[in-house]
Amino acid sequence: MESLTSTGVAAQRFDLAATTVRELNQFLHHEVDGSECIEILNPAGQHSIAVGLDAPVVVDIYGHAGYFIAGMNKQAEVTVHGNVGWSVAENIMSGAVRIKGNASECAGASGHGGLLVIEGDASSRCGISMKGCDIVVGGSVGHMSAFMAQAGHLVVCGDADPGLGDSLYEAVIYVRGEIRGLGADARIEPMQEADYAKVAELLIKAGFDHDPKTFKRVASARSLYHWNADHFQEY
Amino acid sequence: MSKSVYREQNHSYDDSVLHYIGQAAEHGLYEIRGLGAKRRLPNFDDLSFLTASASRYPLEGYREKCETRTVLGTRNAKKPLELDIPITIAGMSFGSLTATAKDALGRAASELGTSTTTGDGGMTQEERRSSKTLVYQCLPSRYGFNPDDLRKADAIELVLGQGAKPGGGGMLLGQKISPRVAKMRTLPEGIDQRSASRHPDWTGSDDLTIKLVELREITDWQVPIYVKVGATRVKHDVKLAVAAGADVIVVDGMQGGTAATQQVFIEHTGIPTLAALRQAVEALEEIDMMGRVQLIISGGIRSGADVAKALAMGADAVSIGQAMLMALGCNSDYYVQDGRRCDAGADYAALGTAPGVCHHCHTGKCPVGVATQTPDLEQRLDPEWGARRVRNYLQTLTMELTTLARACGKSNVHNLEREDLVALTLEAAAMAKVPLAGTEWIPGVSGI
Repeated sequence: MESLTSTGVAAQRFDLAATTVRELNQFLHHEVDGSECIEILNPAGQHSIAVGLDAPVVVDIYGHAGYFIAGMNKQAEVTVHGNVGWSVAENIMSGAVRIKGNASECAGASGHGGLLVIEGDASSRCGISMKGCDIVVGGSVGHMSAFMAQAGHLVVCGDADPGLGDSLYEAVIYVRGEIRGLGADARIEPMQEADYAKVAELLIKAGFDHDPKTFKRVASARSLYHWNADHFQEY
Repeated sequence: MSKSVYREQNHSYDDSVLHYIGQAAEHGLYEIRGLGAKRRLPNFDDLSFLTASASRYPLEGYREKCETRTVLGTRNAKKPLELDIPITIAGMSFGSLTATAKDALGRAASELGTSTTTGDGGMTQEERRSSKTLVYQCLPSRYGFNPDDLRKADAIELVLGQGAKPGGGGMLLGQKISPRVAKMRTLPEGIDQRSASRHPDWTGSDDLTIKLVELREITDWQVPIYVKVGATRVKHDVKLAVAAGADVIVVDGMQGGTAATQQVFIEHTGIPTLAALRQAVEALEEIDMMGRVQLIISGGIRSGADVAKALAMGADAVSIGQAMLMALGCNSDYYVQDGRRCDAGADYAALGTAPGVCHHCHTGKCPVGVATQTPDLEQRLDPEWGARRVRNYLQTLTMELTTLARACGKSNVHNLEREDLVALTLEAAAMAKVPLAGTEWIPGVSGI
């Protein structure tokens, strides 16, 4: 089915009340060349919608979706006009994924690159194990966010629950609101000019209008990088 | 004449315990080491075959065909793996092993028509190039995990745990975090790397079901998905993995190896491979999935006899890690360079160990160039020489396997059955649930 998008581009429309997720993903893997806009209706909480994409297509999902939406995304721009379940954009490699509502646990888990924007709140372990992607959350994040995060940036415009940045490697977290507790080896550090510039860049990309100077920087103290007896309770 | 005092050994505090307490008191840290459990455990040596005689007739050992072809992943995948032999090479990471060692394992496996497996750290170009059939592991750390390599894989193995450290995450100490390893894992060079013990994007068996579908969707349902568990609550874990949709279950017993973990894990967690295999088979039988979901057993498989006994107990294939490293030269007192045997004794001594008892994979100073990332040690393993030894080893195991199968009257190694086995010890009889030799007695199953 075809329709016109708000920009007048022809869009291919899939109704998941009538089409299976497998048929949709097969189409997205093999039938797109990069110029298409795809509209997905009635996701109805189904899982694994638009996973494994590897083309610069634009995908809009209208409604609430389940686990692993846009998992392992490359190049594509995926927007969910609703809420999502666990692990949206897990292992994202490039491209952009935007959630207009809230995201459940483990958003952006182990993401290697690209941008994930959550306009609402994200639940616990947002950015867990991230490896180079950028995540911007318009609201707040749950506990243990950025656990063992290795590289990339997590920007939280709201508050962060306890355990933030536990066992961080080289990822950097910026929080505008209250930090309700840091995890092992995470510490608050002074913001530098490069931090303000990075926060400003990511806020512009995400479409949020906040003053970068209102953010705090959280990074690894690097005291767990080498295994020793002084940190026995941390292992 | 003075009275003599009998120097009685204290069995609760023997030399090994005194050494352990001394080290703990000195350093305040647990011991980390490589390889697997060293304690005496019931194993396949405690079983014996009832080969043919008057009531069964054997196949001619050298002339009659004995099929070894093995198919894995028939449940959901469009392209199940078709292997020439039921002996596969287990997942071992680039990082713990050299790229050369991974290359050598791939070459040997390809020559014998079987599969190799990646490990924690991702897929190297060398192993993809040399391995005709490569299984790509999806581990909790997700180091180097990406959709391009996922689609290059012939099968996917989702790892929940391994026999050496069920419930524990991985370790790779700083000596082995070389620039290339660091880049592949997105880590700073030289740090002591800890891997997570749990996957970052799902928790529990219901989530596992959804995760497996996601991996299938990304790979267009083409390749089989294995689920690997460390042997603890095997019956529950196998049933849950099958319910989640696994095509193949890999059960790694207590004797399974590792590149590095806490010794307390290696020696004090999990159940022996013998017991794990029996429980896994029972689980599949109870849910009527034998043959529909294939079973791979690993953890201390060393010989063709071990392979044959594992198949007789119900495994579809075995997976071997440590013994492959030993075929490459692990624990050998020499290495070969330019066709010459070079003595490695001094290098073992520098590590405070000796050939035959070395478990110092974690140090990165492997004297034979297998488990290192140090360039001058890495070049001690020639990939062609290593591949030849692994190929010879695989070939020997296969010959032993078919020899035993023929002697049991089987024209296909997969026709070996539990009825062909007896146990030589009470423990093995109870764990494997085969009769104690010379009796009809299976402890816990049948009467005296």
